[in-house]
Parts: sequence; structure tokens; C-alpha cells
Amino acid sequence: MSRISNEEVARIAHLARLELSANEIAELAGEMEAILGAVARVQEAAKSDVVPTSHPLALVNVTRPDVVRPSLTPESALSGAPASEENRFRVPQILGEEA
Amino acid sequence: MLSYEEIIEKYEPALGLEVHVELGTKTKMFCGCPTEFGAEPNTQVCPVCLGMPGALPFVNERAIESTILIGLALNCSIAPWSRFARKNYFYPDMPKNFQISQYDEPICTDGYLDVEYETPEGMKTFRIEIERVHMEEDTGKSLHVGGATGRIHGAEYSLLDYNRAGIPLVEIVTKTVLGTESYAPQIAKAYVKELRDILRALGVSDVKMEQGSLRCDANISLSPRGSGKLGTRSETKNVNSLRSVERAITSEMHRHAQRLEAGERVVQETRHFQEDSGTTRSGRSKEQAEDYRYFPEPDLLPVAPSAEWIEQLRAQLPERPSAHRARLQQLWQVPDKEMAAMINAGVVGVVEETVAEGADPTKARTWWLGEISRVANEREVEVVEMPITPKDVAEIIALVAAGDLTDKLARQVVEGVIAGEGNPAEVIAARGIKVVSDEGELVAAIERAIAAQPDTAQKVRDGNIPAAGALIGAVMKDTKGQADAARVRELLLGLLGQS
Ligand SMILES: [Zn+2]
Repeated sequence: MSRISNEEVARIAHLARLELSANEIAELAGEMEAILGAVARVQEAAKSDVVPTSHPLALVNVTRPDVVRPSLTPESALSGAPASEENRFRVPQILGEEA
Repeated sequence: MLSYEEIIEKYEPALGLEVHVELGTKTKMFCGCPTEFGAEPNTQVCPVCLGMPGALPFVNERAIESTILIGLALNCSIAPWSRFARKNYFYPDMPKNFQISQYDEPICTDGYLDVEYETPEGMKTFRIEIERVHMEEDTGKSLHVGGATGRIHGAEYSLLDYNRAGIPLVEIVTKTVLGTESYAPQIAKAYVKELRDILRALGVSDVKMEQGSLRCDANISLSPRGSGKLGTRSETKNVNSLRSVERAITSEMHRHAQRLEAGERVVQETRHFQEDSGTTRSGRSKEQAEDYRYFPEPDLLPVAPSAEWIEQLRAQLPERPSAHRARLQQLWQVPDKEMAAMINAGVVGVVEETVAEGADPTKARTWWLGEISRVANEREVEVVEMPITPKDVAEIIALVAAGDLTDKLARQVVEGVIAGEGNPAEVIAARGIKVVSDEGELVAAIERAIAAQPDTAQKVRDGNIPAAGALIGAVMKDTKGQADAARVRELLLGLLGQS
């Protein structure tokens, strides 16, 4: 397991649009390393005869027919939103993006 | 500044086109929410497409079939095993903070589409190679409030409508297209048009560019001739009409050339096409590789279409538009030149529908390529977007054939329909358009004209036939242009002893 560098943490923080202090970055680098280290033990258990998989079920093509099911009402959909306006979710200013 | 010809002399253009098409399924990609266009905000949402904790996606079978149909129509290989992947990003247009897409295991790969284009040297076929066709979900719509122009820049906050989030989206990506030379902008447009025709024929989407159900991202780069490598490309996003595809690429070729000539480099970035100026403006820089941290979607199982399933779908493929056009040309006996004009104007489909409504093919073609195309050009829209239907045109042609309208009056009816005054019958009633075919009425009008211009009448009696023009003109004026001029001439010459 390679060490999680401070740069790596800073890069991920930027992707997540999180502002972190140098202390926080150093602290998180240590924590992330510990978490990844724990998960990495799985690799020791997996022998070469175990095929990598994204799913524990040996199923494919699980689909549903193209039939409409009732949606939520806008009131219900927006009921958990911190802010809304004109039946839309209101979100804070979007920074550093131009879609 | 280099002229377009000089640009082509010095640089080789390389195209890349990414087309996103919203499938016309009744429900979304991973939930049963409806997909109606223009519904009230957030009325077509549920826990799955809102990304609520614990909600699980469930794949729409019709969406997979539609994607396979598209792949087959584009001569792709259909992967026997493919998976969905999460594309992670932080932007509120997806409430999950990721979009379900496909990454390294797309469902269709390695196809091609042949695009015919009428060049001054004759009809040429350009093969556009398709790299991949994959499934994903569309994003929500954001409204940026507080900025001057509705753009993010300067906005105070944004409002999100997730009706569109989760609508099945198919992305069709070309390989780098070389060899289109000076026709690069036209070939790009012709490719999108041909693709649109195929998708429409497949019945998998309503392919309305103006409503965003078909969107094109156009990549272009220029490389100095003989350099042996591709230049840096720019990507113009969401170009929303066929005409804009051509304009955006032309504009970018000029911009790239200007930078390169000035010794500057082209920045790898996304750009936005501006309809009014026909140019693009800078968007997001792509200099730093984006990191979407794709990983296989753990909530969905692989898609592994069996050979039987694929063959079943292959059997459903409609006639290829190019083969269909060739058959129509044969059937209608249209010369090559005229057929090319119809293809370039994009009117083959509407002419076919007009003929299906009982019209004569030649007359149908004349209306669509003539008057209707002329107004469409004036308005800078595609002919098929004109507010007149094949049924309207067929009705007008039938009225002319029955002698109820002259060609001149028919043009007025077409003009009225295009102006939004209603269908042909309504326009005829509202404008009081009718052919004066009552012979008694015509003869009376002719006699009035002769009485008003006795000298001219005498000239005609004496054998000066061209002099009759002035009298015919007077009769047409008297009947407000509603008489059949040929019949007036016939009656007039008869009355003056010249028949
Ligand atoms: Zn839903």
C-alpha cells in the first residue's frame, strides 16, 4: 500500500470542493491511509483464481419494462430540501464551473 | 488574417463529434418516472432519480434495446458483456453527485456511418467511424438566478428541476475524422443530419435539436500540413441546431488558425456556441485532466445481450435512410442533381409524406424546395421546422389540380399557413381567396376592360396580340388576382376575334 500523500488529499479535497487547512490535510492523510490499509487486507485473501467483480450476484440483464409508475408530488419531492423556490430546489452559488 | 482557403492550404482539420440523444422511452433510465417534455418542474421525480438514500436504480429494458438498435444501425459490434459505471462529479445537476454512465465497457463499439455530400465535383461519400455508443442518464436543468445573462457567472444562486435527471441518454462518439478537408463544417452538419434521420427512422427518439433531445458537441483541431500529428482541439458544447454545427466549426477553424498564425497555442477547453454572433466563447479549461473517478456501478448488474436478442433486434432495423432515398429517387424519377438538392435541403422526408397524402411527387418537390425553402432560408431555420405540414401542402396541390386555386393564389395560401393563419381551408376562408371561375363574371370583367381601353382593344383586333397584356392585367386587377390568367387570355382573344 503506497502512502497517501498530502498532495493526494489536497487534490481530492479540491475535486470535492472542500477547503482544508494544512493540519487537516495531514491528519486526513493519516486516517485515509489507515482506512485503505484495512481494506487492502482483502487483497491478501483474494487468490489469483478469484475473478474481480463489481457484484456478488451472478446475474445479468435484470431489467424492468418501460411502464410509467407514479412520481412524487413536487411538494413531497421538495419537503426535505433546505430551500426551494418556484417548485425547484434552491442551491447556493455554483463556483468555478461553467456548464 | 487567413482566408478560409488559405487555412485549408496550411492546415488539416480534424473533426470529432459527440452526439447525445435522449431516448423516447416512456420512462426514465433507472426508474418509472415519465419523460414528458415541458412538464411542470419536479413533477416527474421519485426517490431513485432524486438520489435519495437507499433508493436503487432498475434498468429500463426498452432503453437497452434502443441503444442496441442504434449500435446495429451504425454498424457497431455489440458487446456480449458490458457494465454501467459511476461518473463522480460535484455539480448540482445530478442529485446523486454522480451520473450513471458507461466507461471502459460500452455496449456498442467500432461502427461507421457513411455520409453523402454533394460537392462541386459531384456527390461524395465520407465514412465517419464510430468509436462507441454508450448508455447514460441525462442531468437536471438549472436556472441561474441573479446573474445578468442567466449564466452561472455572476449568479447568486441556482434553481434545480430534476424532471430531466435520469432520462435515458445515448452518447455516440466518432473517432477522429480526417480527410474532410475544406468540407469539414459541412460534413459535420451532414453527419448529424444523417444520424438524426437514422434515429428518427429507428423510432428511438423524437430527435428535436431545438428541444435538446439531440445535442451535439463538436471537436475540431487544426494541424500544420506535414506535421504528422494532431493539433490541440477545442470542444464546442451543446450546439443545438444543424446550422449551428456548421457555423460553430467554421468559426472555430478561423479562431484556431488565427491563434496559430500569431504564434499562440490553442488551449484545450470547452467552448459555448453563441447563436447571435455565430462565434464561440471560452468555457471550462480541460488542461488539467478531469478526474471523475469512474468505478463500476455496484447497484446495477451487467448487461449481457445474447446473440438471439441481438438478432431479434437486428430483424427490426428499418431500411437504411440512404437505401430508402435511392428507392424513392427511382420511384419518383428524380434526376441526381435534384435529388442532391432535396437531400441537402433535408426535404426528402416531407416530400415523401406529401406524396403519401396523395400529391404528385414533382409538385410536392417543387413546393418544398421552392417557396417553403425560400421562407425557411429567410427565417434561418430548417425546412422541416417550418409551420406547414405535408398534409397542408398536399391539400394545396390538390386544390390547384382541381382548378380551385391558381399557382399564384396557392402561393398566398402557403404564405398564410406559414404565417400561422391556420390550415389551408382556414386561410382560404379568412383571406377570401377564390378563383373566379364563373365565366359570366369573367366575361363581364373583360368587357369592362375593353370598354375602358378601346384603343388597346382595337390594336388586338388588328392582330397586335402582345397588346392584350394590358387588358389581361386590367382584368386580373379587377378580379383581385383571383382569375385564372390563362383562361382570361383565352376568353379575351376570343371576344376580340383572335382565337
Ligand atoms: Zn424517478
